[in-house]
Amino acid sequence: MSNLAVLPIILPVIAGIIVAFIHKKKKIVRIVSQIIAILNLLVVGSIFLYVQQNGTVVLETGGWAAPYGIILVGDLLAMTLVLTTNIIAVACVFFAPKSLSEKQEEFYFYAFFFMLISGVSGAFLTGDLFNLFVFFEVLLMASYGLIVLGNGKVQLRESIKYVLINLFSSMLFVTTISFLYSVVGTVNMAQIGQRVQEVEQQGILTTIGILLFFVFATKAAVFPLYYWLPRPYISPNPVVSALFGALLTKVGIYSILRTFTVMFNQEVQLTHTLFIYLAAFTMIFGVIGALSTNNVKLIIAYNIIPAVGFMLMGIGLYNQVAISGTLYYLVHDMIIKGALFLLIGAIVYVAGTSDLRKMGGLIHHYPVLGWMFFIATLVLAGIPPFSGFIGKLLLLQGGLAQEEIMIVIVALITSLLILFSMIRIFIRGFWGEKTELKHPERKRKGVWMAWPAGALLSVSILLGLGAEWFYPTIDSIAEYVMNPEIYIDSVLKE
Amino acid sequence: MELIMAVLAGILFTTGIYNLLQKQLLRIIIGTALISHGAHLFILTMGELKRGAPPILTEGIENYTDPLPQALILTSIVISFGVTSLLLVLAYRASQVNGTDNMEQLRGNDYE
Repeated sequence: MSNLAVLPIILPVIAGIIVAFIHKKKKIVRIVSQIIAILNLLVVGSIFLYVQQNGTVVLETGGWAAPYGIILVGDLLAMTLVLTTNIIAVACVFFAPKSLSEKQEEFYFYAFFFMLISGVSGAFLTGDLFNLFVFFEVLLMASYGLIVLGNGKVQLRESIKYVLINLFSSMLFVTTISFLYSVVGTVNMAQIGQRVQEVEQQGILTTIGILLFFVFATKAAVFPLYYWLPRPYISPNPVVSALFGALLTKVGIYSILRTFTVMFNQEVQLTHTLFIYLAAFTMIFGVIGALSTNNVKLIIAYNIIPAVGFMLMGIGLYNQVAISGTLYYLVHDMIIKGALFLLIGAIVYVAGTSDLRKMGGLIHHYPVLGWMFFIATLVLAGIPPFSGFIGKLLLLQGGLAQEEIMIVIVALITSLLILFSMIRIFIRGFWGEKTELKHPERKRKGVWMAWPAGALLSVSILLGLGAEWFYPTIDSIAEYVMNPEIYIDSVLKE
Repeated sequence: MELIMAVLAGILFTTGIYNLLQKQLLRIIIGTALISHGAHLFILTMGELKRGAPPILTEGIENYTDPLPQALILTSIVISFGVTSLLLVLAYRASQVNGTDNMEQLRGNDYE
């Protein structure tokens, strides 16, 4: 059954190729994509259940045993994230026909979309550092295609910046891999994890580890390297923004989690303390960004950054409670960011502008949309009993257990400011005098656009209210993450 | 030999970064190309430069070259080739739409 691990990667690739051939026939391509996305979700869901019952699935491609061949590791951590990815994919594929123009749909949106899903799943599943680079490139290539789709002036400007920063960090990634290869002589993550203990000069390894951290930090938008993120994320179509905001930075965070638990866990004092400081700065600067602007899309995009800070905080604290908090927050944030970007896409569409000063009184015309946005705000800010609260609670517990009071205070203040930045949109965009709608003809379509977002929102609420069901799984994953020997043993079969 | 290669990779990185910091789009793209060349040379150097037989198991030959860095470089070259060509098209389109190839003069409305 080890071949199961490749299905979440190969199915979207095949789907992408199929829809690339029928890209002109809009109706067929929509239905085919929607059916394949749901099928994919079902397949991934059943693999998740299989892994939950029978343990990690390891695929050695071509039958080459672990340290020599390329391997795919479908453990519970990877499968949880792949499952979340596919939930978001389904919501986006139903949102896409309402929000994309006909031209955009015709020009290979669905092909790029499936390639992106394939790259993200691959990055979660691979057990080989160089292969991680390759999957990063797969998802980045697809994202380059998506970000420029539509061809506006802003999009062209922002996509050039986006491609450049990612190209630079990819080249840094390759360089770091070659450093690591010269020290430990392998690119297999499990074998690196085994060999770093035996290397005499630990200082060099720590340097390489920090370099690798900066590569992933660029992708994940951690403090000194987040400046590129907000504007490219808001320039494309809302559905593309939702995919990027929900998936891409989280791949970076996942890579940090994986590398600094399996591979570089020898200098915890140095590296993980650095993470805590960077997490604090990421939260503060991200939320200041969110407060600084009147562009509603930009407010949501800036809110990605403090979330990254929260997840990094858990990795930095490095105890089981904090790691389970990071995992809970990771899943929660993927879903709620997807929902928020879709909702804000619908709101901007019906309001006809993303300038907060020109909105107002929307709740009289769109009550459902308004209250959905309000609930999403509460979920994001972490008001109990929603899912953000549980993630934050675990993170704060972990912080207090480690006696890192500073980061706990920063996290609490940041949560409050996140709530403030989001409620601003609700107060100034939805409240106010009833005004004439600028685009009354958009009402029907706008309401339809809200449904996929509503579906994601209900998944998110379920994640919060049903915490009792999900927590044991998350806790067992956290225990697994804290004991990298289990990962190494299951890959190298010793 | 390794030392020369490492210095060469370093020079490629420096010139690449210098070009990356320019305003003209084409120079920036050349900068990325130089950086990727530097990175590729660096992988080759890190896999140890030595004369030896190809890595095929035959009797009597004991000094093999390491095949892994070569496989890594090949993958990386293909990827950077693809990205560079994409960047060229993107730059061409951006300069056509905006009528300039200066990074600081690319425009557009942020509240679309």
